Amino acid sequence: MIESMNSLLAGETLLASGGVETVKNAINWVCQPHWFFVLSCGVTGVFLGGYRALTRPAVALFALIAFTIAYGLSAMDADFLSIIIKPDNVPITLMIYLFGFFIWLGFRQAAVNDENTEQGRPLIEAGSDDKVLVWPDLVYIELIAMVLCTVFIIVWAVVLRAPLEQPADPSLAPNPAKAPWYFLGLQELLVYFDPWIAGVLLPGLIVVGLIAVPYLDKNPRGNGYYTFKERKFAISMFMIGFVILWLVLIVFGTFLRGPNWNFFGPYEYWDVHRPAALLNINLSEIFWVQWLNQGIPTEGRWGLPHFVYRELPGIVVLLGYFFVLPVMLRVTVFKRMGDQIGLIRYSLLIMLFLWMALIPIKMVLRWGWNFKYIVGITEWFLNF
Amino acid sequence: MSLFSRFGDWVREGQVWGSVLRHGVPRDRRTRAMAILSNVFLHLHPVAIRKSGIRLSFTWCMGGLTFFLFLIEVVTGVLLMFYYRPTVEYAYFDIQGLRAHVTLGLLREMHRWGAHAMVIAIWLHMLRVFLTGSYKPPREFNWTIGVILLVLTLLLSFTGYLLPWDQLAMWAITVGSNMARATPLIGHEGPLAQYVQIGGVPLVHAGDDARFGLLAGTFVGPNALLRFYVLHCIFIPLVVGVLIAVHFWRIRKDGGISGPL
Repeated sequence: MIESMNSLLAGETLLASGGVETVKNAINWVCQPHWFFVLSCGVTGVFLGGYRALTRPAVALFALIAFTIAYGLSAMDADFLSIIIKPDNVPITLMIYLFGFFIWLGFRQAAVNDENTEQGRPLIEAGSDDKVLVWPDLVYIELIAMVLCTVFIIVWAVVLRAPLEQPADPSLAPNPAKAPWYFLGLQELLVYFDPWIAGVLLPGLIVVGLIAVPYLDKNPRGNGYYTFKERKFAISMFMIGFVILWLVLIVFGTFLRGPNWNFFGPYEYWDVHRPAALLNINLSEIFWVQWLNQGIPTEGRWGLPHFVYRELPGIVVLLGYFFVLPVMLRVTVFKRMGDQIGLIRYSLLIMLFLWMALIPIKMVLRWGWNFKYIVGITEWFLNF
Repeated sequence: MSLFSRFGDWVREGQVWGSVLRHGVPRDRRTRAMAILSNVFLHLHPVAIRKSGIRLSFTWCMGGLTFFLFLIEVVTGVLLMFYYRPTVEYAYFDIQGLRAHVTLGLLREMHRWGAHAMVIAIWLHMLRVFLTGSYKPPREFNWTIGVILLVLTLLLSFTGYLLPWDQLAMWAITVGSNMARATPLIGHEGPLAQYVQIGGVPLVHAGDDARFGLLAGTFVGPNALLRFYVLHCIFIPLVVGVLIAVHFWRIRKDGGISGPL
């Protein structure tokens, strides 16, 4: 056993000197925040565009095998392995596979249904008058599901111990200090937003937005069956919001954020001494210093405190974004939708939409231009 | 007729059996309907159900599994409460002792992995409901209840995360609760909080802001442990229990499992 392990390791070192390191470096490079994000958006876009071809069982099976091989090979890397075998990260692996499978299952049925509708055939879910008795047809399914679930949890509990680290010590902060895995998406937002937005406002808007969904979506079609063609806007928004901005950011926060919340590639050692990020700059600095070639205002003007006057360009940008842009969108791309859902629904929808869009916008600004705040009134803790 | 089946008939025709299950063995349509109608646990189901509605590929069974995982959490959680004391002196060592000294100390593992599984299951349930458009009329309000249940599930998981009182717990909760400091107006580092004042005396500071309310202190200490324990074991589960009842009730009242109209 040990000998075979050794020979395996020796084989790996031999390989490592050649191609493997190049591949690993390439993957580390691709996993940088901007590429990782752009790539996930691209994958989601391609998937939504070509869902009919891409959900064919053969394609899905190929994707599953390819991903499993890639994941398995990655697990041979010591740094990657140390992340995925942390007990509390095991659910992430489970989550990736389960969501991969169920997104496929949902869109597969949507593809079949959309095909059926086009050719005048009935839906998969058709035959609503076809009833069966709950005893035994449903209670037995429930019983089997409960037994399997119990077995699954017991086996998981036997195989893997729940984590218990050193006793809590308020004077010894770990680096990185991470929130529970299901909140890592929000913790990632802290990089781009002030805590009051990332930790309070955006979570609140997520809850409000989710609750508002049935009241904003006035499309009567696609009620009670899988379809994508009949609900493209709603489902695309949900996939962006839930899959990219929630799940992908969780995966990102788990695998790629190391000490000091610095970025580390999946096969990189978490070096505590890696230098911190660059200095980030505000819109006010870009406007006053770089464009107008003068110092940042220290005196107020027109009766405004100096910090409000200083941040005027950002305030104008934000007002335009939240109050002028909705009007412009209303008469152009969202014209038909605005006509359908009315003013109140449109106003709520566009606010939620713009807040959601602000997340990738600020991410791109940060990655591309080391951009910090659009409006940075630190004097009031009021930073956008 | 064999002795065995004669014994079975004798039991089923006796007074005791008849007093517990008022219907006969569910073999025909009538008794099968009675099996559902006369049982307090089963009667949240309808007697008959749309065939396409119970296909696993349609429902994924994720709502049901979320509920079942909640039950696993309740059972294992109650058992854990026998051994666990929510104080800084004992909490960590009680958890340590569970695996080492307690028969079926495995319950803690089941409780933790069950909690993770419940978070994933409820997300998948939401994805299924969204993809099938099942939140559309007449089920809008049940979606609202579902969203609140989702938030409460995350809060249950979050409050439970602190209880082992190890480094992982303390710092995850520290990171999470630091957000509350920045709540607008009521967090001492939140926007505009400094202007909440009476006669020039600021009302919002580290000793009385939103984070203080959450942790019962300015840092994650003994009071926070007790507070999270009570929230985790009593308050949130009670609210969740009530909302689950409403959620299930509304499924029936809104026309059962969704399907094409």
